[in-house]
Amino acid sequence: MNELKIQLAWNRLLAIVEEQAQVLMRTAFSTVVREAGDLSAGVFNVSGDMLAQAVTGTPGHVNSMADSVAKFLRKFPLSTLMPGDVLLTNDPWDGTGHLNDFTVVTPVFRDSRCIALFAATSHVADVGGRGFGPDANDVFEEGLCIPMSYLFKAGVRNEVLLDILKANVRDPMVAEGDLYSLTACNDSGATALRDMLDDLKLHDLDALGAVILQRSRSAMLAKVAELQAGEYAYEMTIDGYDTPVVLSATVTVSAEGIGVDFTGTSPVSAKGINVPLPYTQAYASFGVRCLVGNDVPNNAGSLSVIHVTAPADCLVNARPPRAVSARHAIGQMLPDVVLGCLHRVLPQAVPAEGASCIWNPVFMSTLGAESDRLAHLPFVINPIFNGGTGARPQKDGLSTTAFPSGVRTTSCEVNEATSPLIFWRKEYTPDSGGAGALRGGLGQTIEISHRFGAPFIVSKMFDRIRYPARGRAGGADGRPGRVYVMQEGEPLRDLPGKGRDVIPQGARLILQTPGGGGVGDPLARDAEKVSADLEAGLVTERDDGDF
Amino acid sequence: MSIRLSVDIGGTFTDVVLSQLGHLTTTKVLTTHADPALGVMTGIGAVLERSAVSPSQIDLVLHGTTLATNALIERRGAPTALLTTAGHRDVIEMASENRFEQYDVNIDRPAPLVPRRWRVGVPERMTFDGQILVPLDQSVLTSALDKLLSEGVKAVAIGYFHSYANAEHEQQTAALIAQKYPQLSVSRSSMVCPEIREYERLSTTVANAYVKPLMSKYLSSLAEQLRSRGIKAQVLMMTSGGGLTTLAAAAEYPIRLVESGPAGGAALAADIARAAKLDQVLSFDMGGTTAKICLIDQGQPQHSRSFEVDRSYRFKKGSGLPVRIPVVEMVEIGAGGGSIVTVDPLQRIQVGPASAGSEPGPACYGRGGEAVTVTDADVVLGHLIPDGFAGGSIQLSAARAEVAMGSSVGQALGLDNQQAAYAAAQIVEENMASAARAHASEWGKALHERCLIAFGGAAPLHAVALASKLKINTVRVPPGAGVGSALGFLRAPIRFEVVRSRYMRLGGLQAAAVAAMFAEMRAEAAQVLMDAGVDVAAKSQVREQRQAYMRYAGQGYEIAVDLDALSTTDEAAFRGGFEVAYTKLYGRTIPDMDIEVLSWTLALTAPQLGQIESLATNDDDTDKHATGERELFDGQTWVKAQVMPRAQLVATEQYAGPMLVIEAQTTTVIPAGACLEIEQDGTLLITLGGRP
Repeated sequence: MNELKIQLAWNRLLAIVEEQAQVLMRTAFSTVVREAGDLSAGVFNVSGDMLAQAVTGTPGHVNSMADSVAKFLRKFPLSTLMPGDVLLTNDPWDGTGHLNDFTVVTPVFRDSRCIALFAATSHVADVGGRGFGPDANDVFEEGLCIPMSYLFKAGVRNEVLLDILKANVRDPMVAEGDLYSLTACNDSGATALRDMLDDLKLHDLDALGAVILQRSRSAMLAKVAELQAGEYAYEMTIDGYDTPVVLSATVTVSAEGIGVDFTGTSPVSAKGINVPLPYTQAYASFGVRCLVGNDVPNNAGSLSVIHVTAPADCLVNARPPRAVSARHAIGQMLPDVVLGCLHRVLPQAVPAEGASCIWNPVFMSTLGAESDRLAHLPFVINPIFNGGTGARPQKDGLSTTAFPSGVRTTSCEVNEATSPLIFWRKEYTPDSGGAGALRGGLGQTIEISHRFGAPFIVSKMFDRIRYPARGRAGGADGRPGRVYVMQEGEPLRDLPGKGRDVIPQGARLILQTPGGGGVGDPLARDAEKVSADLEAGLVTERDDGDF
Repeated sequence: MSIRLSVDIGGTFTDVVLSQLGHLTTTKVLTTHADPALGVMTGIGAVLERSAVSPSQIDLVLHGTTLATNALIERRGAPTALLTTAGHRDVIEMASENRFEQYDVNIDRPAPLVPRRWRVGVPERMTFDGQILVPLDQSVLTSALDKLLSEGVKAVAIGYFHSYANAEHEQQTAALIAQKYPQLSVSRSSMVCPEIREYERLSTTVANAYVKPLMSKYLSSLAEQLRSRGIKAQVLMMTSGGGLTTLAAAAEYPIRLVESGPAGGAALAADIARAAKLDQVLSFDMGGTTAKICLIDQGQPQHSRSFEVDRSYRFKKGSGLPVRIPVVEMVEIGAGGGSIVTVDPLQRIQVGPASAGSEPGPACYGRGGEAVTVTDADVVLGHLIPDGFAGGSIQLSAARAEVAMGSSVGQALGLDNQQAAYAAAQIVEENMASAARAHASEWGKALHERCLIAFGGAAPLHAVALASKLKINTVRVPPGAGVGSALGFLRAPIRFEVVRSRYMRLGGLQAAAVAAMFAEMRAEAAQVLMDAGVDVAAKSQVREQRQAYMRYAGQGYEIAVDLDALSTTDEAAFRGGFEVAYTKLYGRTIPDMDIEVLSWTLALTAPQLGQIESLATNDDDTDKHATGERELFDGQTWVKAQVMPRAQLVATEQYAGPMLVIEAQTTTVIPAGACLEIEQDGTLLITLGGRP
């Protein structure tokens, strides 16, 4: 292949997967996919190595899907696949970590030869069981599991599988729609790929794929070679489901690449915050990739430089049938742990710890008396709120910003139009960013009540309430999060960060998301920044005796 | 009405076109940033003199300007305060709480236009259905305003929760300001952008408030200078929505003036499409920094209501300030003549979005620019002739282009200079093709049946190559491509769009309330059209479009549904309309799921009076170029190409590529296998050969 052809084909391949992701985002029914981009899409060679992946998407999906296609090919070898075949699974250990995520794999044929596979993953709103949340005791309680199977065989729909699926979920129409949307996005990728091969007069992706993988791997290795070889360990304690858990990692930098090992991490939990290894690998390698070679495209070549391991039956390598539904509550904390390790080798590049895990409460109506219908109109909303990110070595942290997740928040006005809740406050929490020469990002305070004074339910998966995001190099910790209830004539009542509570009649629920940690000595902070923070009211003098 | 003047103020140049019975006189002068009206008057003076038209003969002035956009990008607007519902004063800074670039921990979110100390939470509260939960506290208001005034605030944005449903508190606040603080310039969210979603509504209102004093001052200064020059004609302003509006409406809603230049280009392409009866068109506008691509169906550019000003991070979605205004929907990517070409550590050629701009400019400008750009690639390939570039104002250096191409690209990849240049051109064309494919797919449209209409200084150089990548068969290059936006203003309709948010489930559709709301919206739009001189009662002149923004209950995004085609206004008709639109975009519907409406829009459109149909050639491009031959690199070898000045092309003749058509502002490349015909109005019509 000549150089120009390589350039054009690689460029085109990246555009194809980006378009594949756009089709998925446009056609998905689950709000979280459309609104928050909770998806991934990519193209693979016939050995199951990912050649290109859409940048659109959230890191938890992005990297766990990378390993999925090879697993499919072990069960359905290439020689058995036919045009019109479409494969499917939502197995947390073969896909992307919980039952809500469906991965669909489509082989692409040209001249009756399989030349590539497209894969896509998206979050389906409901898969039966207890529903999305951390409260299950094992994976069987969390809903329906479909092992790697045919969704279409030679173009014929697997009716039995679809019937079983539809009989086991709360919203069969939406679930079926999402599977079609996954199939459609792979089809659009396949069509675009065939066009590309025609245009560039290529027979297959073999030669191009080899170049992509080799160049990406070399570019990553070159980046790794710039780091001081050695072992770098870090440990972080977070709230866990009901008892604190320790996340412990050792990063090994060598000529072969970067190893991340989670030995020392707490054992599995009895509840649904356990993490299957592919999801651990996804977020751990994301942590590495944000700092090392972040401009190298994500593919099997660049990912092959990072090896993520964890002892069996620890929290981040849970085995079936452990409950894993809320695996994001732990998984989204892992980049902070990896960054902590890397801080020892890249002190000038690593941010302090941040709020990290999104705060995504589910608000629901309670069941009321028939006579009191107005106050008990049924509703469910699932807004997303973020805390502050850790201060960066050259910049303050970002206030109320999602990291590592890629989600967007939803509008309070829309939440109020689709539920009877009133969002009285959604504003920065002053003094919540960890002090430092560079300040951590601020968290926010959200104040909610029922418009008609009725009680309502909140289901919580919040962390960093007991254990805050820690500062670095003399920077202070971010302020921890808090959840409490305010009711006239009663003292404030704190609620735990996880599980379900009823907010009583007439009461207000207050959520305070955590702030990010600071970097460097607060007394060394630039005087102009100090006065700007005071003037803006982001910091109050009351809390800062030094000024 | 026969003599019209069109003025487009851009970042570098101000273009002026005088249209007189279909005959065009054009000029380009430097934009005078300190007082832009000065440059405008210079340009007007020049065209008046050349055309021997007296100022009093001018019937209409059409104007578009990038001033509002620049003030936003450079943060040069008025000191602005925001009065908002207590508890929500950080809305415009918290934004969507997301990062627009996943792998970069050092991104910065755009700085809000109003600093936190000037964002005041006012005790008051509405619900989404317009009920008052907490009455407005006027005493807090006065003490806050006293303080803001003493700190030098000049403009105030008022944006309360759910004001689109009940504007009472915003009205009371505005009345209080008008009475006690008449020196403050006020923008109300219930007028600027009465739509649900507080971040987008407030962001739009604040941006409007921020540029309003500056734009009012400019517009009245311009009106004054036109008058003193003896031009008594009405002035209509070009908006981002692709239509013209009155000076009064423009001064009230200056945020609608952003992006008027590109909208003018789209208006030009749309008019060409209508005149040539082309159902499906792709307009392609490529300048120095960016390329813009727009889908035009049945002579109408794609419209939408969301736009981002100042995408400061590689033009990435989410890195700018969102504004909800009527816009011509287009995709813009960092690919222009000045886009810098580099080779990354993976040996991939990358083009843009960084641009060498006009200072220092591409390496071949010889003004100290070291970076190699798309323009340099065009020179190395032989497509750009160093003599006579930009009307002869810049002498290009082929040697500098060669050296820069070799050192930045060729050596890194082991390619000789012409191969490196060819690769760079291919990559930038591939980037534009990808953007076009993604845009078409996003809107559920196909590309290959379309005709590509190219304008802007760099577009005709790359148009045929882009068309070939998109399997498009015909390319049109209208005359005057260098002043495309100003030409577009002459062809744009007069248009005003009104929006309202009223949440409704189709299950509980209140048809009477909807009808009353539309009547109110129509009256508002009709007033603007009447002020612009349109006879609104003449039904044949005025086109009315009603749309509802609908979605399945619980989905994240609404889609626009045309209501005009519906025979009735009942639930079944609305559902039917939604399902047709949904299927077009997403290929299927969800039976039995409830549908909700969030917002409603109504637009009135009328053509300009005395609009010319012809694009007769302009008069100032007396080409110095001679006919001749030139070698072009086609990726394999050097081929001989015919060179023709555009002015010497003969309408009855057929020409075959390889060929270059040169004119003052651009060069059109016609490769081997393609052929060229000249339309009556001077448009170059290029047909690609050998394509299905």
